[in-house]
Amino acid sequence: MTRENMSDKEKMQQAFLEEAGDLLPELETALLELDSDPGDADLVNRVFRALHTIKGSGAMFGFEEVAEFTHELENAFEMVRCGELQVSKELLDLTLSAKDQIQNLLGDPQDHDQEAMQSILEALKEILPLEHSTQGQGEGLEEEQQPAGEKLVYRIRFKPEKSIFATGTNPLHLLEEIRELGQACVIAHGEDIPPLDKIDPEQCHVWWDIILTTTQGKNAIQDVFIFVDEDSELNIQLIDHGTESGQAEGYRRLGEILTERGDISRQELESVLGNQKRLGELLIQAGLVSRSQVETALVEQQTVRKLQEERTRDVSSSSVRVPAAKLDDLVNLVGELVIAQAKLTRMIGDHENRELKNISEEIERLSDELRDNTLGIRMLPIGSSFGKFRRVVRDLSSQKGKEIELVTEGAETELDKTVIERINDPLVHLLRNSIDHGIESPAERVRLGKPRQGTITFSAMQSGGNVVLTIRDDGRGMDPEVIKAKALEKGIIPPGAELSGKEILNLIFLPGFSTSREISDISGRGVGMDVVKQNINALRGRVEADSIPGQGSTIRISLPLTLAIIEGLQVRVGEQYFIIPLSVVSECVELTSEEKQNRSSGRLIPLRDTLVPYIRLREWFLIEGVPPAIEQVVMVSSTQMTVGLAVDEVIGQQQTVIKNLGQAYQDVQGIYGATINGDGSIALILDIEPLVRDVRSNESNPAVESSFGFNTEAS
Amino acid sequence: MGKTIMTVDDSSSVRQMVSFTLKDAGYSVVEAVDGKDALQKLQGQVDMIITDLNMPNMDGIELIKNVRATAGYKFIPIVMLTTESQNEKKQEGKQAGASGWIVKPFKPPQILAVVQKLLK
Repeated sequence: MTRENMSDKEKMQQAFLEEAGDLLPELETALLELDSDPGDADLVNRVFRALHTIKGSGAMFGFEEVAEFTHELENAFEMVRCGELQVSKELLDLTLSAKDQIQNLLGDPQDHDQEAMQSILEALKEILPLEHSTQGQGEGLEEEQQPAGEKLVYRIRFKPEKSIFATGTNPLHLLEEIRELGQACVIAHGEDIPPLDKIDPEQCHVWWDIILTTTQGKNAIQDVFIFVDEDSELNIQLIDHGTESGQAEGYRRLGEILTERGDISRQELESVLGNQKRLGELLIQAGLVSRSQVETALVEQQTVRKLQEERTRDVSSSSVRVPAAKLDDLVNLVGELVIAQAKLTRMIGDHENRELKNISEEIERLSDELRDNTLGIRMLPIGSSFGKFRRVVRDLSSQKGKEIELVTEGAETELDKTVIERINDPLVHLLRNSIDHGIESPAERVRLGKPRQGTITFSAMQSGGNVVLTIRDDGRGMDPEVIKAKALEKGIIPPGAELSGKEILNLIFLPGFSTSREISDISGRGVGMDVVKQNINALRGRVEADSIPGQGSTIRISLPLTLAIIEGLQVRVGEQYFIIPLSVVSECVELTSEEKQNRSSGRLIPLRDTLVPYIRLREWFLIEGVPPAIEQVVMVSSTQMTVGLAVDEVIGQQQTVIKNLGQAYQDVQGIYGATINGDGSIALILDIEPLVRDVRSNESNPAVESSFGFNTEAS
Repeated sequence: MGKTIMTVDDSSSVRQMVSFTLKDAGYSVVEAVDGKDALQKLQGQVDMIITDLNMPNMDGIELIKNVRATAGYKFIPIVMLTTESQNEKKQEGKQAGASGWIVKPFKPPQILAVVQKLLK
């Protein structure tokens, strides 16, 4: 959550507190007046409204306890309003003391008299007739997480009530929403439209049949029509579900569809079938159905047939098993093709021949598609790992005597096969941490007023070229103060360092931050988090932590979709080209010779209000020659900090096919791999983390100038 | 052109939350404290109304009936806010001409979902 949001939330909470400050005295006055005049309906209304607002708004602004408590009182007065309950002295006494409790609760949520509240609620239950103690769950537009699955075909008949416009509902919007769910074929029935002179323009005379092919469930379709009145006719039927794909003779015949829908009877059908013309024509001629009815039935037939064909194709192709190595080879080849194609485009760029240009463009398009398809083959849904996670949670929680539920979302999110394999261990590690240190024991949770069972939510979703994985628990969270103290003690941050809350939390990922024994006693977390981070970085991913003490922690991991091809920024130093992954680049600035002289000792460049340390790639890689008068500095940010990389020239953005450097260069710090440019030259792809680390250590100890150069220590 | 939405509620915190959420999403907002106030402010461009049901002076049901009888606003979407999940109140509101409802307590994304659904 950003700081800005926090303050908005606080602002709204403040508004609620002020309002409650007005409402509570109003409630008290009304109650006292009611005491002397128990029959006054206006007073009852006033009491009800005050309680109603406190409850409703309380829940919206994060005062759940207040809302829950007030809910019972509101119920009681609702019954008084309906004449099911008499205003009694007892009720008024209870409500008055409840009002005091609410006031306490709003004043200081930590310090309130749980027992007193409990006894008020119990006493209240005594006066209430039994049935009214609970209220139904509110409905609304809850987003439902339907597991993505097979494509299904639905038949939807929507016959709006004629007066539907009078409720401010536009049926066309509903159709539009249906179209957003999948592939929809909408057929309008206009048979009921009266002649122009008799038409009432404020009424709806049209109705629709929709054949929808979608991966969404029936609920999603029903949600579209959630506000549509019962007087409108709405009929949603599943007409083809995946399991029936084996049907030998294809989908039903036209006549069967029409009879099944109740548009004609079987007898009518059979009598018409005696003649041997096209069935649809015959039915229309016979005046049994309208042309549009036949049309929708035909559409339905086609849609389902097409889908079933598709499915048979799917079934046969899904049985192909290919060794992973073959896929790797294919990806490599596609990489070569992309490079060759770049060369071609470059060559032809300044050529006059139109035809040649056309061919080149076509090849470009094809190789792009081939690339996407090939990378797509390697994608697997992350759901394949969920079973394993469930097991870890189940085993470990029973071992630790905790009650934990694992909720998973986004099982269908796809990631490169290699990424999934290599992210597995870090994820299990994080889950273990949540179970081990995050979630409290059931007894402690009950004491804290949390549900007995802890929840760990694991969710995956795609966001641009990345996949974001989130592990969230509702445990005790991490205490920034404790972490900061620990970091100071370990010498990870200098005394007096000013860090934001988020920066402090992310200290847990630094090497040497903590070992299990020391931190688990205090706040949880920190068990080998640096290893987790290293693993994620190796996948060119990022990880960050967030936490609200007492309410839980969230670890967010962002991973690239694929490891084979990335967007990169090409830069030049001397004769050597480098690629900086575009995902870490924030901006480029110029470094003039003047600035270089001004700050001869520290390598710092002014960036708006701050000074940012930078290094010269020329020095890091021992490239000979003199830098130009004006150097370019590319700002890159890692989770730790932002640093600048000084280069001679920034060339531009490009698709980069990642090539491994081979065994001999495995341990070279600062190089991730290499790529081949369109002109056949080679560019090295930079690994940012080691560079940033080096800047950090230089910053704290500026005397160390000699550590530039190939640093071949193992990481 | 941006759309204008009227939020009607006697609770200032609910009004503030609704109006904040909507403004954040780029809508213009008119606030009214009860049905009476809302009818007075019902002029010019109002594309949608979000109203509470329980209010002094004129409640939500009355307001909906009145809006539906006002030329120019007969067909605009009206959403009612309700804590009562009892069906009668909702039915009454629908009969009066409400387009949809949101059950309190709600969160900003829920309001936006309903607004985006009804106001295209």
